Amino acid sequence: MNRNVAIQAARYLGVLLCVAIVAFPIYWLFLMAFKSAEEVYAVPPVYFPAEIQFGSFKALFGASEDAKTLANSMIIATFTTIIAMVLGTMCAYSMVRFKTGGNHFAIWIMSQRMLPPIAIVFPLFLAFAFMEILDTFPSIIIVYVAFNLPFVIWMMRGYIEDIPISLEESARIDGCNRWQVLHKVVLPMSRAGIFATAVFTFVFTWNEFVFALVLTNKDIVTYPVQVTGYFAAQQTYWNSVGAMSILGTIPVFLAVVFFQRYLVRGISMGAIKE
Amino acid sequence: MVSTSIAINRTNRSLLFSDRSFRYWLIAPAVLIILLVGLFPIIYSLVVSVQNITMMDQDYSWYGFIWYEDLWIDERFWESLWHTGLITIIALPAELILGLLLARMFLGEMKGKPIFIAILVTPAVICPVVVGAMWRLMFDTRYGPITHILSLFTDKPIEITWVVDPSWVYPVILIAEIWQWFPFMFLILLAALSNVNTDLTDAAAIDGAGFWATFFRISLPAIWPVMFIAILIRALDLVRIFDIVFVITKGGPGTLTETTPLYMYITGFHQFETSYTGAMVFSIIVLLSIIVVLALQRVEISR
Repeated sequence: MNRNVAIQAARYLGVLLCVAIVAFPIYWLFLMAFKSAEEVYAVPPVYFPAEIQFGSFKALFGASEDAKTLANSMIIATFTTIIAMVLGTMCAYSMVRFKTGGNHFAIWIMSQRMLPPIAIVFPLFLAFAFMEILDTFPSIIIVYVAFNLPFVIWMMRGYIEDIPISLEESARIDGCNRWQVLHKVVLPMSRAGIFATAVFTFVFTWNEFVFALVLTNKDIVTYPVQVTGYFAAQQTYWNSVGAMSILGTIPVFLAVVFFQRYLVRGISMGAIKE
Repeated sequence: MVSTSIAINRTNRSLLFSDRSFRYWLIAPAVLIILLVGLFPIIYSLVVSVQNITMMDQDYSWYGFIWYEDLWIDERFWESLWHTGLITIIALPAELILGLLLARMFLGEMKGKPIFIAILVTPAVICPVVVGAMWRLMFDTRYGPITHILSLFTDKPIEITWVVDPSWVYPVILIAEIWQWFPFMFLILLAALSNVNTDLTDAAAIDGAGFWATFFRISLPAIWPVMFIAILIRALDLVRIFDIVFVITKGGPGTLTETTPLYMYITGFHQFETSYTGAMVFSIIVLLSIIVVLALQRVEISR
């Protein structure tokens, strides 16, 4: 009995320690947004600010227009998610129901996902510069769509495989055409999978840095690139980094919390089935 | 009667689901976009890698494999591979073991479990750039909390310039990387462990198997397929590591923490060595593709 109590205590202690290690750096960075400039650079560091300030947030929405980068990220991530989901689900459906391309096609699709962004971004940069479409929404969205499609296809394939074919057959016999089968049977039946895959695609795109760093520069700068902009040669604007990080983390955090129960399968690329 | 109904069923099935053009219309847009964005850069890299295009020259004629020979003897390239490998071979097992330990602690009843999990998973959804910034701040020499906390335990003030000091810069990068991604391992392994049949582990315990024997003989083989995927995903992310290193050190001091992706970035966008970057990109893509296809075939077969 004593041994059990000791094990339980050790368990809670270990978990609480991990929670503290995870939570403290987040607290610390986010705190920067609410500190005054003196407190940010104070030695020794200030663990609890004397007064909560909102000046850093006001600055982002003020003359600097830095908050616009969040809107850019939102536009890019939303359109990427919608387009990749539509095209990816169609492709996955064809692969499952008609065995289009077989195993080799599936492996080829997935191997595209594994290409290092830094390797493909350099030729893309030169091509976009040549076509004068650098720093525009359509060009970066199409890159993100291509980069996320393999993941969407891979995931949706798993979910569509779980739909019994007999349901689709009855729908056909009842007079649905092929697109209606997709729309009225396949999509509703794979709703959980669509949510999970969409959330992941959104989060990947929202947080992506390499493509954004190279393919945007002025008009459509995204939020991760903006954060690195606060590291100047002489000093770092930690107030702004903190405020921007909070605003940039909230959307993805809410998405993940909201769709939590759908996500476990997605994070393992379908290896775990609920 | 029975045989006719089967026959009808079969014709129905082929009528319903075997329209050649429909199935190709479905995959066409996705394949087109992947080819456009994914294949073009590979071909482009291959082409320029056998030409002579640098900041000075724009020579589009055949130049041979000189850039590949240069790459083969480029010490900075081999060092960058070594840096990437070093980060991978330390971070990957660390994330795996931490994730596994934590997942094991979470098995069974526990108060506040959902809240703990929500907090623990947060790093994985934060932008890697922000995580890099976070740890640069934590390790700041003057106003960083880590320097301060450590100095409470020593008599002398600590004056380590963490991200510049050659002996400390790797630990800082590794801590940031592991901090961000062990929750990913934890979440996957927790789900996998929860699916392990408890009858089996209970039976083993009754038969006198100890904790470790049960774990290695029953739980580990049961979660291995999932664990393999998790390791594969993380390994592929780690060999592409860019964001965190870019924010924390930009490859410095000197080129001490320069990973291969960072080196590609520098040759391409700072030195404008188009042909040389092309040769490097093509070599890396070929190398990675072989590894990925071999690994994916294993996954696809076990699926």
